[in-house]
Amino acid sequence: MQVTINGQTHDLGGIDPDTPLLWALRDNLKLRGTKFGCGAALCGACTVHVDGQPVRSCSFPVSEAEGTQISTIEGIQGKVAEAVKAAWTKHDVPQCGYCQSGQIMSAVALLAENSKPSRADIDGTMSGNICRCGTYPRILAAITDASKALEG
Amino acid sequence: MIMLKFLNRAKPKGKLNRRQFLSVAAAAGGGLAIGFRPLAVLAEGDSPLNPLDVYIKIGKDSVVTVLSAHMDKGQGIYTGLATLVAEELDADWSQMRTVGATGNSKAYGNIAYGGTLQATGSSTSIFSSWTRYRQAGATARAMLIEAAAKAWSVSPQDVKVEKGMISAGSKSEPFGTFAEAAAAMPVPANVTLKEPKDWRLIGTTEAKRVDTAEKISGAPIYTIDVDLPNLLTAVISRPPKFGAFVKSVDDTEAKKVAGVTDVVNIGYAVAVVAEGMWPAIKAKRLLKIEWDFSKAETRSSSEIFDEFKKIAGEKPTVVATSKGEVEGAFASAETVVEATYEFPYLAHATMEPMNCVVAKTGEVIETWTAHQSSDGDTYAIAGVTGAKPENIRTHMLYGGGSFGRRTNFQSDFVVDALLIAKSINYRQPVKLQWLREDDMSGGYYRPMVVHKLRAGLDRSGEIVAWDQHIVGQSINIGSPFEAAVVKNGIDPMSVEGASDSPYAIPNFRVGTSYPKLPIPVLWWRSVGHSHTAYVMETMIDELAIATQQDPINLRRKLLKDSPRHLGVLELAVSNAGWDKPAAANVFRGFAVHESFYSFVAQAVEVSKLDDGSFRLDRVVAAVDCGVPINPDQIKAQMEGGIVFGLSAITAAEITLDKGSVQQLNFDVYDPIRIERSPVIEVHIVPSKESPTGIGEPPVPPLGPALANAIRQSTGKPVRVLPLRKAVGV
Repeated sequence: MQVTINGQTHDLGGIDPDTPLLWALRDNLKLRGTKFGCGAALCGACTVHVDGQPVRSCSFPVSEAEGTQISTIEGIQGKVAEAVKAAWTKHDVPQCGYCQSGQIMSAVALLAENSKPSRADIDGTMSGNICRCGTYPRILAAITDASKALEG
Repeated sequence: MIMLKFLNRAKPKGKLNRRQFLSVAAAAGGGLAIGFRPLAVLAEGDSPLNPLDVYIKIGKDSVVTVLSAHMDKGQGIYTGLATLVAEELDADWSQMRTVGATGNSKAYGNIAYGGTLQATGSSTSIFSSWTRYRQAGATARAMLIEAAAKAWSVSPQDVKVEKGMISAGSKSEPFGTFAEAAAAMPVPANVTLKEPKDWRLIGTTEAKRVDTAEKISGAPIYTIDVDLPNLLTAVISRPPKFGAFVKSVDDTEAKKVAGVTDVVNIGYAVAVVAEGMWPAIKAKRLLKIEWDFSKAETRSSSEIFDEFKKIAGEKPTVVATSKGEVEGAFASAETVVEATYEFPYLAHATMEPMNCVVAKTGEVIETWTAHQSSDGDTYAIAGVTGAKPENIRTHMLYGGGSFGRRTNFQSDFVVDALLIAKSINYRQPVKLQWLREDDMSGGYYRPMVVHKLRAGLDRSGEIVAWDQHIVGQSINIGSPFEAAVVKNGIDPMSVEGASDSPYAIPNFRVGTSYPKLPIPVLWWRSVGHSHTAYVMETMIDELAIATQQDPINLRRKLLKDSPRHLGVLELAVSNAGWDKPAAANVFRGFAVHESFYSFVAQAVEVSKLDDGSFRLDRVVAAVDCGVPINPDQIKAQMEGGIVFGLSAITAAEITLDKGSVQQLNFDVYDPIRIERSPVIEVHIVPSKESPTGIGEPPVPPLGPALANAIRQSTGKPVRVLPLRKAVGV
């Protein structure tokens, strides 16, 4: 089985096709920025982009990833990703940081689709990402800043 | 965490003496670490530690790496320690880094716990580090100056250090040039620390977090990310009820999964070992385990609450505080208010479920995890493996959250990993990874607690009598720390925040009783304060309402001899804009509470929505935690603590159905998500007191402030938590 991650094609050999994309990334491809939180698409820690759309990789079989373009936190690039990371840095968003790969992947997907999201738009996309440290006020501030930077 | 509660009686300047500590340390070994010798302690007459060996590494590239005695689980201690070092070293902030360091109790023992046990907890890291790391920075600076003076043949008095550059006359070099020579200099015994007026980092927002860059790039920095040659992965199947054991295992189907290497029975659980997570998870689902429930807890939460309430109606086993003539005061009281409160078990629910990596090479055992108490875990490692202390290496990684979960007397998840590794004869390194369900049902909860309370008012409305009975499992009784922490049968962690109330009530008694259950309980962000603050601060509001007093004015009156409580109260109230009336359908609530020597007040506003439910809109918070070292990180902890407290008080509970945990994942144990996050304003008292903790103190006031606001609307107090049982929130 072949998958394309961050622009590079990898051969996963005879991997069990039911393997969640999360474990294929982490165990087979040694891309460990994508985190495991719940295993049931409830917390968003494992969010990656499949053809630009945010997907919970813990509940997405690797077989469905064939023929798609997958981006992970390690490879995410471009104007939106840079704006998001700059805003995250400015606000010192992370605390423990464990959910932040997923938060950033969701925020980039949101702003790539809608560079001027309303609060309801932000809530709509970001409510799938739990942060137990409670960094939400800073995530909101950072998304607002990134949006301004993209508009500017 | 462990010993500060004991020290609560003595205030921060007190600490365990060596003899007391050794008795604790010996006890801490328990049955696990027979023959393990107590950890070393720096004795008088020992030569001073070389800071450039144990606290600070300076590279040839002039990167300054602080070696942290404390685990960073998000609270920002890596940034805090780097700030203290950079301040005294006169480093440039951009050259600062921090990593975790273990294995040297003389250097890294937590001063709040007697100075010999390396541990992170009870919001003590800054207290323990305030002098230690500034002194390390100042001493290292003096050694750099000596080295430069020697190399340049000038007097040390003529050498200056500024923003990472060392200079004398026309000569100027970065730290790296003299790093090696400085580390070999004699260690000066007495260095002078800067006066507060000379601080250029402490108290400013220049010191940004040292870990943001790696945490936004997906760097592999957590336990789950550890990779080693031939590393195997283990998942574990734990009993469905607390106190159960494995009776028999049928692993025929599980072993057929490609990639599974071993299935091991460790007595209280069964583990699957595999080449990667997916085969391990698949095989776990195929295990057929028969459990022995003969010693297990098989009751449901409602039955346990009934038992606790029955106990609460009887005389307490021990009295923690008693002043005045409580019964006499009740006899002559005009009005007596009675209330019973119920608090559920709470899970820490860290984002990274518990995990630990174990490897054995020759005689050396290594572990990798977010060791919250590397020394405590070292006892457990010695006990399980028989390794000598000098052959144990603990690697302290970032914690993907903790909230208290990553240290306990049993080192539970570390022991799981060790037993699994031992079961396969350490033939390959093993990473144990709990699944979310294991984590949620794994115990070590904030205890279930019942408070029964009577308050007596006299004819003029004064509170003249208070009698409170707190019923819940003790965290420390029966633990290796009982001898040191529990005094006269009282576990301070069960009554803190109530028995030491600052409210001036003349006849005041708090008692407690400790039912025993096979469900492990633990410190959970703010520990006893997580329930006592709710009771104290909602009852004060109730009594204010009953006597037609303004709740904030009543607090002012009762706190007239508590200046730091009053300081945060006034700071929060003055910034809340409450001199104007609230908008329609907006209700206000307030709470103030001291915990871990820091003082926090929160003024909150809730909206009543069209469907009758409530939403927390705004929190104006004030904090006094002594010298504010990193104001932006204090703000971050206040924000995070408020969100954490909001999750707990509105919706969180762990309940048992015939002994089985009913909340196994985030669908039913659903923390606050971004759409419920309120606007949070933080105001910091510009204090000159020694700095104290900020990880836990933001949590306790949020629940009662919110409940007090909701009560303004409904007219009814909520005494059975979480709030969602009674109101939409």
